[in-house]
Amino acid sequence: MGELNFNFSFIWPETIFFILILYLFLAALLEKKRPAFAGPLGLLPVPVLGLLAALSSALTLDLSQTMFFGSYRVDALSQFFKLLISLGFVVASLNALKQPTLEAEKRVEYHLFLTLSSFGLVVLSSGVELVTIYLALELSSYSLYILVPARAKSKEAAEAGLKYILFGAAATALALYGLSWIIASQETTYIAKLAELPWDFATSPLAVMGLALFLGGLFFKLALFPFHFWCPDVYQGASNETAAFTATLPKLGAIIVLIRLATLLKPELELTHILAFLAAVSVTYGNLCALVQKDLKRMLGFSSVAHAGYILVGLCAGTAEGLAAAAFYAMAYLLMNLLCFWVISRISHDGRNLAYDDLNGLSDRSPVLAMCLAASAFSLVSLPPTVGFIGKLWLITSLWGHGYDWLVIVVCVNSAIAIFYYLSLVRHAYTEDVPAQASLDGTPLINATDTGALSYAGALVMGILVLLLGVIPGPVYSLALNAAKAVVGGN
Amino acid sequence: MSSSYPALTVLTFWPLLAALLLALCPKDVHVRAVSLVASLIECALAIPLLRFQGGESGFQFLEKIDWVPAWGLSYTMGVDGISIFMVWLSVFTLPVCVLCSWTYIGQRVKEFHVCLLLMTMACVGVFSALDLVLFYFFWEALLIPMYLLIAVWGGDEKRYASIKFFIYTLAGSTLLLVAIVALRIQGGTFSIPELMKTDFGFTFQYWVFLAFFIAFAIKVPMFPFHTWLPAAHVQAPSAGSVILAAVLLKMGTYGFLRFSLPMTPAASAHFAPLMIAISIASILYGGLVALGQSDIKKLIAYSSVAHMGFVTLGIFVFSVQGAQGALFQMLNHGIITGALFCMIGAVYERSHSREIAKNQGLGKFLPCFMFFFGLFGFASFGFPGTNGFVGEFLVLAAAFKFKTVVGILCVPGALLAAAYILKLTLRMAWAEPSSADGKGWKDLKKKEWVYLALPAALVIYLGLSPSGFLSYVTPTLESAIADFDSRKGGAGKAAAPGVAAAPAAPAAPPLSAAGGMETGLSGALRERSPLPRGETPAFDSFPSESAAAFADRLTRPITE
Repeated sequence: MGELNFNFSFIWPETIFFILILYLFLAALLEKKRPAFAGPLGLLPVPVLGLLAALSSALTLDLSQTMFFGSYRVDALSQFFKLLISLGFVVASLNALKQPTLEAEKRVEYHLFLTLSSFGLVVLSSGVELVTIYLALELSSYSLYILVPARAKSKEAAEAGLKYILFGAAATALALYGLSWIIASQETTYIAKLAELPWDFATSPLAVMGLALFLGGLFFKLALFPFHFWCPDVYQGASNETAAFTATLPKLGAIIVLIRLATLLKPELELTHILAFLAAVSVTYGNLCALVQKDLKRMLGFSSVAHAGYILVGLCAGTAEGLAAAAFYAMAYLLMNLLCFWVISRISHDGRNLAYDDLNGLSDRSPVLAMCLAASAFSLVSLPPTVGFIGKLWLITSLWGHGYDWLVIVVCVNSAIAIFYYLSLVRHAYTEDVPAQASLDGTPLINATDTGALSYAGALVMGILVLLLGVIPGPVYSLALNAAKAVVGGN
Repeated sequence: MSSSYPALTVLTFWPLLAALLLALCPKDVHVRAVSLVASLIECALAIPLLRFQGGESGFQFLEKIDWVPAWGLSYTMGVDGISIFMVWLSVFTLPVCVLCSWTYIGQRVKEFHVCLLLMTMACVGVFSALDLVLFYFFWEALLIPMYLLIAVWGGDEKRYASIKFFIYTLAGSTLLLVAIVALRIQGGTFSIPELMKTDFGFTFQYWVFLAFFIAFAIKVPMFPFHTWLPAAHVQAPSAGSVILAAVLLKMGTYGFLRFSLPMTPAASAHFAPLMIAISIASILYGGLVALGQSDIKKLIAYSSVAHMGFVTLGIFVFSVQGAQGALFQMLNHGIITGALFCMIGAVYERSHSREIAKNQGLGKFLPCFMFFFGLFGFASFGFPGTNGFVGEFLVLAAAFKFKTVVGILCVPGALLAAAYILKLTLRMAWAEPSSADGKGWKDLKKKEWVYLALPAALVIYLGLSPSGFLSYVTPTLESAIADFDSRKGGAGKAAAPGVAAAPAAPAAPPLSAAGGMETGLSGALRERSPLPRGETPAFDSFPSESAAAFADRLTRPITE
């Protein structure tokens, strides 16, 4: 363990992101003199290098190396998540290319912080030591604190930014405090060493309390009940494009750390019981709250509270299958949420928040976007033949028989609650013909849905992936299984 | 009978392909003609299924491909005597649906036909899937096009009806998913044929049966869970009603036959009294409510509840005869009620109303229409000579044989059916016309002749010569019931009912040899019972057992 063991070929994705950051930094400095840097051509390197990072992660999937004195690990799990993060980053940056609520002169900086945040997540994927994890998590969070209020002249966005930074700081403080307890009692911060130590309350109460606090910090990122309250407010306040990013990629970061920490959590431990309980409450609470929302982004906020609970289902089992299911579901979550936000961003021509009524007649205005919205909605509620269904099937199959059968039932029954509000998306897009008289802010949404080539291509690629991965999930699942085995080491 | 030609896969996915092609077509093509051709091709693709060997009881046309090996998921398709007719029914419903919406559907024609094709894919898939997850795939996927059919092309209350349909059926199948997962972990596989042979403990069966029950009872629908049906039927466009009545409702009863009986035999026997009671309640309640309707479509919808009650009754008396009747009734109900909903659509296009009062005295203006309506109506209440009679008779005879009280309780149901259908047809044919509008209405058009004459021919043919059908299904049902009898005691008590296992098998052959192959119905009737009564001890002794023993049975799952 105790070696530097540094090799550039292990960290291609990180390097590529770093180069991109440098480029954007320079572009931001030069942009005053040469406005071309803020144009489409100037921003072209963002998706291109993002794709390159994804490619390099995909090519290094079978690496298994530990670097920097045992604190940084490149393995199937980290590369799987780097692949997801890079792809998600590409979509999120393309989504934000023509952001109506962002002044043109801030565009480069916006992408700079987007990239920085993603860079933090990429580093986080490989962290196997609690302090490294903490630093990477903060790296990705600080950029987000700046992104959230970046919505032109919007008080709500400022409010959302303030809420996010205050709650975020509190959660971070909590996590740090917990970290100090863990260090004090277990005398190490390496996950591999921690995994060999006992984690029941009777033997090491201090460490268990510490870990619970540390997990609290992660649950804040994941927006799990009871750390969820920022989520709908921030989604609502932030611009559609920022919300698309906030809703997806940082969640992946939290999930990967949870997967790494899951090696500590055996199914019979007190902490695992708490995890299962929080999952059940989060799923039910999120779905019930989402039922009554009128603002689509608030609805998606509560929906992601519910989905945070789904992810925990895979972690409670603690087996390689369970972790693989969680990793797979993380992919599904990323895909279907990005798709949903993509469509919303395309419909909202002036960057306003959409209400359900604004979707009326979408199937006439733009059949492609309507179809893709329907695909993502049915995937979110986990109806076949979508990736959401397969993901959930594996989550619950891996948990059954590990003492949490009740959680499986809670999760399944929740589909029946969730269907109402997801179905409303489809209902408004397909069956309501009359355009809304007034949107959320009192003025009607004019019919200016983005029907450009990029808009359709993005939606179609993601829509087809949602269906295709629902029908042929095998290859991606085997990646996820390899990733999980890298942590648990099972066969 | 192994064949390299993947008949079922082609049959399932041709509609999907056709739907994709149709979706990509430019707007102005003759969508109806294209879909009609696609549906006729679908019918033609069903021809290879004619090679189905009626005398065998196992699954045929098997196809198996690994799907996700890591989870033991496989793409397995196959049909046996129980499902083959349901597959045919789904396939042949498609052209009828296309024809009956030829003039009925005026807007978003292309999307409508895409939905129809997707529905057909899901229906065929449900009946031929032999992997639980694959089954669930189709089972849930079909909600989406059906929802759209009601929500986009429905009547005034379409919003309420479509959401209710979706949430109700989805809520029912959430626990089905839990049951599937539990079966996978407990039984080690998703494969339906393997799970059908697995013995589970009684407590496990108890809960799985309940999960199945909620899903299937909602789909059938059985009495307390039926409220989505009238709403959905009344609001759906006629093609939607036709598919709903002809195919969707059968999925619930198919589920009972395919899953509940073989996978949870002990629990099925345990819950049989409840199931029979609910079936009788459905029969009587459906009939009584149908009698009070003034809307033709609602009347037929409630009659469906009653008819499906006969089906579940036939299933849960656990005799070959009852199962034959149930299966026959499933097919009948598909043909008859499907045709009736087509006709309601046809008359709605003329009168723009579904009220009986607005459609009176049609006998004068629309004699051919009323002829067919009368024929299907009579078949619906089981008039001798029609297929409805055979199915209902088989179920009633099995019910009487099972327990005289059960039989007697069903009789009013049969009478009620006659009452509401006669009331309806009398008024539609001969009552005073409510307005003079009717004189201008055209009698049946050519395409209406086509899609009504075919079911009508089937009604008569199956009514007069049911032996062909019965010879197809009997071997499967016999082995299913024999298997059920040998295992209903539960895995834990396998030692004692060596008695039950032995006699069931030898009891089966006489019927399949003598009755099944040449004269199915008369054979079935001649045999007093396919299973000699004394040899089904657990079941016959049940109704006469003491109150204490009964209470003990009821509490057993909890105490065990």
